Amino acid sequence: MIGGLFIYNHKGEVLISRVYRDDIGRNAVDAFRVNVIHARQQVRSPVTNIARTNFFHVKRSNIWLAAVTKQNVNAAMVFEFLYKMCDVMASYFGKISEENIKNNFVLIYELLDEILDFGYPQNSETGSLKTFITQQGIKGQTKEEQSQITSQVTGQIGWRREGIKYRRNELFLDVLESVNLLMSPQGQVLSAHVSGRVVMKSYLSGMPECKFGMNDKIIIDKAGKGGVTNEAGKSTSGKQSIAIDDCTFNQCVRLSKFDSERSISFIPPDGEYELMRYRTTKDIILPFRVIPLVREVGRTKLEVKVVIKSNFKPSLLAQKIEVRIPTPLNTSGVQVICMKGKAKYKASENAIVWKIKRMAGMKESQISAEIELLPTNDKKKWARPPISMNFEVPFAPSGLKVRYLKVFESKLNYSDHDVIKWVRYIGRSGIYETRC
Amino acid sequence: MTDSKYFTTTKKGEIFELKAELNSDKKEKKKEAVKKVIASMTVGKDVSALFPDVVNCMQTDNLELKKLVYLYLMNYAKSQPDMAIMAVNTFVKDCEDPNPLIRALAVRTMGCIRVDKITEYLCEPLRKCLKDEDPYVRKTAAVCVAKLHDINAQLVEDQGFLDTLKDLISDSNPMVVANAVAALSEIAESHPNSNLLDLNPQSINKLLTALNECTEWGQIFILDCLANYTPRDDRESQSICERVTPRLSHANSAVVLSAVKVLMKFMEMLPKDLDYYGTLLKKLAPPLVTLLSAEPELQYVALRNINLIVQKRPEILKHEMKVFFVKYNDPIYVKLEKLDIMIRLASQANIAQVLAELKEYATEVDVDFVRKAVRAIGRCAIKVEQSAERCVSTLLDLIQTKVNYVVQEAIVVIKDIFRKYPNKYESVIATLCENLDSLDEPEARAAMIWIVGEYAERIDNADELLESFLEGFHDESTQVQLQLLTAIVKLFLKKPTETQELVQQVLSLATQDSDNPDLRDRGYIYWRLLSTDPVAAKEVVLAEKPLISEETDLIEPTLLEELICHIGTLASVYHKPPSAFVEGSRGVMHKRLPARTGSGEGTECPDVGNAAGGSAPEAAPSIIPSQGDLLGDLLNLDLAPPTTTGPTPSTSGMQMGGMDLLGGGLESLVGTLGGDIGGSPAMGAGFGAAPAVMPASLNAPVGGGLGDLFDLGGGVGMPMGAYIPPKTVWLPAMKAKGLEISGTFARRAGVIQMELVLTNKAMSVMTDFAIQFNRNSFGLAPAGPLQVLTPLGPNQTIEVSLPLSTVGPVMKMDPLNNLQVAVKNNIDVFYFSCQYPISMLFVEDGKMERQVFLATWKDIPNDNESQFQIQDCHLNSEAASNKLQGSNIFTIAKRTVEGQDMLYMSIKLSNGIWVLAELKVQAGNPNYTISLKCRAPEVSQCVFQCYEAVLKN
Repeated sequence: MIGGLFIYNHKGEVLISRVYRDDIGRNAVDAFRVNVIHARQQVRSPVTNIARTNFFHVKRSNIWLAAVTKQNVNAAMVFEFLYKMCDVMASYFGKISEENIKNNFVLIYELLDEILDFGYPQNSETGSLKTFITQQGIKGQTKEEQSQITSQVTGQIGWRREGIKYRRNELFLDVLESVNLLMSPQGQVLSAHVSGRVVMKSYLSGMPECKFGMNDKIIIDKAGKGGVTNEAGKSTSGKQSIAIDDCTFNQCVRLSKFDSERSISFIPPDGEYELMRYRTTKDIILPFRVIPLVREVGRTKLEVKVVIKSNFKPSLLAQKIEVRIPTPLNTSGVQVICMKGKAKYKASENAIVWKIKRMAGMKESQISAEIELLPTNDKKKWARPPISMNFEVPFAPSGLKVRYLKVFESKLNYSDHDVIKWVRYIGRSGIYETRC
Repeated sequence: MTDSKYFTTTKKGEIFELKAELNSDKKEKKKEAVKKVIASMTVGKDVSALFPDVVNCMQTDNLELKKLVYLYLMNYAKSQPDMAIMAVNTFVKDCEDPNPLIRALAVRTMGCIRVDKITEYLCEPLRKCLKDEDPYVRKTAAVCVAKLHDINAQLVEDQGFLDTLKDLISDSNPMVVANAVAALSEIAESHPNSNLLDLNPQSINKLLTALNECTEWGQIFILDCLANYTPRDDRESQSICERVTPRLSHANSAVVLSAVKVLMKFMEMLPKDLDYYGTLLKKLAPPLVTLLSAEPELQYVALRNINLIVQKRPEILKHEMKVFFVKYNDPIYVKLEKLDIMIRLASQANIAQVLAELKEYATEVDVDFVRKAVRAIGRCAIKVEQSAERCVSTLLDLIQTKVNYVVQEAIVVIKDIFRKYPNKYESVIATLCENLDSLDEPEARAAMIWIVGEYAERIDNADELLESFLEGFHDESTQVQLQLLTAIVKLFLKKPTETQELVQQVLSLATQDSDNPDLRDRGYIYWRLLSTDPVAAKEVVLAEKPLISEETDLIEPTLLEELICHIGTLASVYHKPPSAFVEGSRGVMHKRLPARTGSGEGTECPDVGNAAGGSAPEAAPSIIPSQGDLLGDLLNLDLAPPTTTGPTPSTSGMQMGGMDLLGGGLESLVGTLGGDIGGSPAMGAGFGAAPAVMPASLNAPVGGGLGDLFDLGGGVGMPMGAYIPPKTVWLPAMKAKGLEISGTFARRAGVIQMELVLTNKAMSVMTDFAIQFNRNSFGLAPAGPLQVLTPLGPNQTIEVSLPLSTVGPVMKMDPLNNLQVAVKNNIDVFYFSCQYPISMLFVEDGKMERQVFLATWKDIPNDNESQFQIQDCHLNSEAASNKLQGSNIFTIAKRTVEGQDMLYMSIKLSNGIWVLAELKVQAGNPNYTISLKCRAPEVSQCVFQCYEAVLKN
């Protein structure tokens, strides 16, 4: 199990050091600094073995978090724990920075004592941690409150406390998708997938039981088999449903129920959390198509022309569009002409950045640039990094639709109809690249 | 007011000031001071001098302050054990506090204080806390048992905490169950055979129920524990799999990977024709792919594991090639791992896509990545024959880019392609030759030279090309020098008329002007060959080469199996067994996949017999090379310069030498084995499966008087020492051009020694001795070079002691203790095989604890027991026991039943295998009965031979 946990600043100074096991000594702190933080070469693995001691590290801005062990630990668990640790810290004091860590070091020690016992991760849900690690002391609690805390920390529904009350029962569902694309210069899709998240903000009283439904092909096919199977109904449902390759759920979702009935039922945590993640690869709506044309004119000049085409309903608007066209390192000057938006050559980033605020569906726009190159005797060819794109569209590129979210709370007197529900779809670019 | 100010105090007299503040009356000031102390402690300052003052602050209702003091205590209690006692009362009192959070805090902290006296006081509070009404306290107490066990294992057992912990597995609270499982698993690891977890269908059922309800971390503990269970039959296996599969949809990647581990392991037991087996295979792919959308560090862990999974069950991900395509922004460690998996998944169906990708990668920035991509193209060509042509043309395109390291890497792989598909792609040689000048890395230069030499007849100016390298001959690396030598000799044999001068030049450079013994040796070999019999030389040097194998760097199957059992853990990230990087005994237990068993006779699948050994042989791709390769390997090891690894060009030249030596080598091998099959046509086969040698030959004193003397000398030093068999002749002079080798093995002070007597019975001086072993069952390998410093004159004898290590490459031999050896001198390379008594491998710490012995004895199935008779032994049990102890066979207990002494003994082999023995000695009866039990029953025969040899000498 985890033998110790250290947090360093960018210089390699220790900000937090907590040792859980006897086999980890103080010298481990220095070993990591010398061999990883101060290493001459860039680190080539997030797991390092130094003198029979194993270090797992993640970096958040300038801060290094390292977990140390001498045993054959579950490596995936250690990294999941480090990420969780970052989340917990962020939810307590915001950004993870040297300043914030120093300001909250007592709190961090208290957290580390609670969520890692002898190197075994314990309940690390911020919802329940915040009920008893407050930095204000817990003197004033009554006995009932204390036992409520402990039963929540250890309980089956560790993510929600009892007795939550809202005057207005409301919930917000965000379907956030990032669409990833790698396209060849000829316009052939080399790989494309959507990784999506359903994020829920719930402000519901009591211990509500929720059921979430979407246009997952398997569910709809199942329902279709039982019901009427006329030709027309089948074809429409076939079109609307999507094939989900795989999905993972927040720990509140009853996985065994999903496995057997493919229904998503849960008691939600209070406030904002991620209900599920999913991945699709079939029938993805690619919101934009990039058509590059790069021509080398002699050794000192490049001509670049890039056309982008929007490919969705004309009534919808894409926003925050940005096209990034890489330029060679030896670029001396760039002249750009674009039909729409603004384009600039950014020497520090070695790219032409073309920004368009809004663009409706089924439109196209183009940019052309002349790049002057300094003659070099560097034999190495320019690597031609792909042209990347950023955007935001108000629909889900995977085609996912929320069909329902039902809320049942039998003990309190509100029903599914009384809950105000909001659903929003946002599709963003993930790694959206076209090779040129 | 923020806390960061505590980090800034660095003035002198700080400790003194702190002391004053700690003793202040004001609560706030006290707290501030403790914070400062903790801050100093964090940055590594020694604040242990403040111990009494800090401990004084412990009695407080302020929980925050209390936690800080506890933190201090955990750090410094060990250095101030006497003062730490002061804290005990507070702890004991806190364990009774009405607030469960404080009770838990006290018991949690107390367990972290590693001071014996405190530990004693811990027992009572811990016992109460284990039965506390509050689950939060119980779950903390469960972990505390593991802490206490780490400090004082005996105490935990004596106090009966283990039973209480076992009871907690049935607790109503899932988190208590999870922590109890974690604690028990850890304790069980340090008692490998104790059966502490006692997993049975009932307890498994409890765990599976808790699995649905506990936290993500708890699910990991439970799944990791489940993975250690071996179901009774395929039905149970299937029902567990069914209940574990829902975990594959968990958001936590570690839960997913641990579930994958359980499934991969239990799947082994399912019959392949079962529908469920296919369903399960299909269910595994999507979650594995999803892991690749996690954060990069987790992706790395996932990819390392997928690499194993793909080797074990390639069918799972065979259609998922695209997800392993490298993204421009991936960190380099993710890129390199993805590339590895792409090559493993490459097949005829997807090769076009893969090649297009690889070509793209070859233009990236990171040099290591580009090189690996180019190399990958070559590997694709070798793996998928249909794609070879496309690969070659891709490589040629890359050469045209003139990027230096790309060109060099491409030439190295093209050489391999030539080896795999001879006489197919030689048309590209001209293009390669154009780039000769730009090559500056030894590997690429050597590859190019090999190509020129190999195809000298097709290259008009081959002599000029090679001559150009000769100018700076002495500045080249050994690899290039060796290759150049071979290439020029090849050239000479192909075009003798024009190149006589050239060959003379290179031979003299190699033999007269070089300090490198390998180079000189090879020079002399060629020189003699060419001067004595050019026709033979041609046959030797230009012999047809064995083709190279398709798949390289596969993990050895038994290791792969073990690693599959460790999916998700560090072992799977390093691709090394835990014993390779974990200190102490914890890693010794090797995990194995379960054997496939049918629940009823009807359902048994046809390969049950094969799978009995714990693996499904048909599923694991074989990486043990065929006979020809084996000899080649032996030669490689022997003659390639020590710096090179993998298929280097220099090996190819020598491989041909190997072909020639094959006959002689084998003959001498078979000859030494004393068999009458000397000239039988089945020699090739005989090499792989050498005939068994009578154990008696170990004792037969064949060696000369010298050997005997030496033996005495060795024996005098350690009167009760290990048994050393007398020397035997391993390699008779007739078979080895006058070199006679006899020898034996000894274990001295924990080091295995190979004691050799080399006698020169020829007329000329022998020099440049070197030794190499073929892969063998226990990984024996020379720990250093053979130390023959002076040349061995005619009729001279020299005794050498060669220390051996047990960390060499492993391959099962028949018989197990067979060792194939190659010895080289300035005249030739000779092969012989010998058998070492297995007692050489018995390690000094082979004494098992009584209880462990008992448990292990019961635990090993009766099928693994074998019984032998030792006849004509006239020792009493006492003497026998003493004698055996000298050879690291430890008597653990003795029992006398009806005049018959039963001795229970344990042996540990250098590779961690335990052998348990029961020796029955009856007074007055010279015949002993011995029963051996071992998880690897194949060693029993060898161990028995050892007993016989030790007892009778």
